Amino acid sequence: MVHAPILAIAIPLLGAFALPILAKLNRRARDLWAVGIALVTLVFGLAVAGQVFASGKPLVYTLGAPSPTASVTEGGFPIRIVLVVDALGAFAGIIALLAGAIGLFYSLQYLAEEEGKTLGTSLLLLLWAGILGLVYTGDLFNFFVFLEITSIAACALIGYRVWESRPPEAAFKTMAMYTLGGLLVLISVGILYGEYDALNIAYLSKLITGTLLDKLALGLLLGGLLMKAGAVPAHMWAPDAYGEAPAMATIVLVANTQAAIYALLRVVFTLFGGALATPGIGWLIASLGTVTVLVAVLMAVVQRHLGRLVAYGAVSQLGYMLLAVGVGVVAAGKGFGEVALKGGIFHMINDLASVGLLFLVIGAIRRAVGSVDLLSLGGLGHTLRWESGFFLLGALALAGIPPLNGFASKFLIYESTFKASPILAAIAVLSSILLLAVVVRAFHGVFLGPKARDVGPAPWGMLVAMGVLAVIIVVFGLFPGFFIERMVSPAVQALLGGRAAYLAAVLGG
Amino acid sequence: MGNMPFVVSMILVGLGFLALIVRRNLIKLAIGISVIEMGVNLFLVSLGYVRGGIAPIYTYAPPGFKEMVFPTPQALTLTAIVIGLATTALMLAFAVVIYRHRGTLDAGKIRELKG
Amino acid sequence: MSVVVRTVTRVILPVALAFGAYVIMHGHLTPGGGFQGGAVTASIVALLVVVYGGARLKGAKGWFAVLEDVGALAFVLLAFLGIGATFFRNVLAGSGGLFGAPVPQLGPNPGALDTAGTLPLMNWAVGLKVIAGLGSVVLLLSLFGREDG
Repeated sequence: MVHAPILAIAIPLLGAFALPILAKLNRRARDLWAVGIALVTLVFGLAVAGQVFASGKPLVYTLGAPSPTASVTEGGFPIRIVLVVDALGAFAGIIALLAGAIGLFYSLQYLAEEEGKTLGTSLLLLLWAGILGLVYTGDLFNFFVFLEITSIAACALIGYRVWESRPPEAAFKTMAMYTLGGLLVLISVGILYGEYDALNIAYLSKLITGTLLDKLALGLLLGGLLMKAGAVPAHMWAPDAYGEAPAMATIVLVANTQAAIYALLRVVFTLFGGALATPGIGWLIASLGTVTVLVAVLMAVVQRHLGRLVAYGAVSQLGYMLLAVGVGVVAAGKGFGEVALKGGIFHMINDLASVGLLFLVIGAIRRAVGSVDLLSLGGLGHTLRWESGFFLLGALALAGIPPLNGFASKFLIYESTFKASPILAAIAVLSSILLLAVVVRAFHGVFLGPKARDVGPAPWGMLVAMGVLAVIIVVFGLFPGFFIERMVSPAVQALLGGRAAYLAAVLGG
Repeated sequence: MGNMPFVVSMILVGLGFLALIVRRNLIKLAIGISVIEMGVNLFLVSLGYVRGGIAPIYTYAPPGFKEMVFPTPQALTLTAIVIGLATTALMLAFAVVIYRHRGTLDAGKIRELKG
Repeated sequence: MSVVVRTVTRVILPVALAFGAYVIMHGHLTPGGGFQGGAVTASIVALLVVVYGGARLKGAKGWFAVLEDVGALAFVLLAFLGIGATFFRNVLAGSGGLFGAPVPQLGPNPGALDTAGTLPLMNWAVGLKVIAGLGSVVLLLSLFGREDG
């Protein structure tokens, strides 16, 4: 289990490359292989999280060294590539593991053989490995490489239905934005390397003093990551991508966005935490988050494509997380800053569950009916009973209705934002109410009304995948305290007070 | 003169962004992104340059050499080039697919997805 | 294409192959390695596409796909070799045998091909992947515009 961090990245990678060869031999073997890879990855990923949460210390794994903990050579310089998993990384890893496993399981019956199931599954595994690498890595250049792996795999998945005219357009747009974001990150990596001759996040963090170049690097990193996450004004790709990608990929894309938020936290609190985590940066992130919430919810009102409607809902949830991160930076030393970070980090997993569930239901509708245009849908609740229940559950959780999980995290965000700025909090609450109206109207339009057509229910595998998310929504909503205590609080502590522990784990002493 | 490579790389990045703003052809957008990429790569490579240094290869090193340029930025650049190749190939492939569906590469006319 | 192009291609082909193999094989000693050598070799595919047209090379598509997977798989498995110590640990270096000759002293030297442990093998794995991947990119882009692509 010492090797668990790297195995959680390497096993899905291995699975992705072996999958096409297995598919040539036997299709059943390929499906079994995909399930097996998913299970093994899940075991190793959860083992990493378990070790980190149990010991309370960051886990360090050095690649290519005589032993995994030998991260530093003589002279105290970390020359090798390291993986560092602290509580925040473990939490983001859990989100990625959940999304990947559910997406993979869903895809087994969702993808048709003639649609290139082998390629789709293989890309999904690649994206999964990329996200896990992104959240586990402790090296800035590796971070860029994993960022680009996720970009390429994600765009290939978005444009997966090349026989239709809209997905390639969405994929091109997304690719352009992702690549630009990645290049901004690369410039900033270059600046930091040129200044300090190091790429290790912990080592850099020790050296960064807050010069003009550091500020430039921080600005570029924030810009690149916000582009990758899809915050306003760089949000144009997100609704296209979420709306057009196949459902099993969309949930992993949402996890990809959460990974960008994770990276944002890591950059602001760990990398630049010593010198540059100023309230100004916090206000910038918080106001961007509020604008994102507002714009996305207003855009959701006018959508008639169900996928795009929910996609704007997903973008608005991203705004809530940014708002929480911003407030957390503004009030880093105060109590409500901690509450804001708790809300934001808890919202990452809640958002994945609710938005992911909605997208999986939309995938099932699309598979059954062949269209997700709100004007042509109606009365599906008569035949798609499970799906309608799941959709309602996901929609209410998305809008933050108690006692579902969305409420638990959003309440923390409202509460803390109100202390920082009542205006931002008011906008956030009002947007949430508007979002509720939008999703309830969508539910009404799609599932209620007279029975219009006969459609078959989704296969059991897809229903089970949705059911897991539904259980998470309900359980996290009923017992939020338990999960905040066990998983979210350590992650917040790793951000606020854990920088020293992070540096000590990598650099020793 | 020592900062010339940095100036040139930032000019390249600027030109690439200019192409992204004023051009509407999908292929030219891909070229614009590639130009930005080249600018960034030039920036990375020039970071490791040491005046008077030789290539960091012991096999070719002349006897009695003094300094070598720094090899790490070159490795980084190489990785960035490989990644750039993959993104460019993917973007061009999508451009071809879009052209087959719509019969045009004009980003102004391909706007099924908006709002 | 004309007779001149075809003849020149036939002459260049073995030279380019040899050069590509050289660049891949000496990746741990000189500038180059899997990606660069693979790109040199894949340029042969581009040349063949120009000379004979993509349609005649369509049969290579499936082979490229398999080779690409084999290359990637070999790379990951080579990295797994070191799992006794750590992932990516170069276990073959200094162990004697074909790849484990002792490394000469630091400083100018003529270069010894057999000193780098798993690195040359990884170079070959990457080279294989790049040849196949870049080859299929070139091939597929040339086939895209056609009805039968």
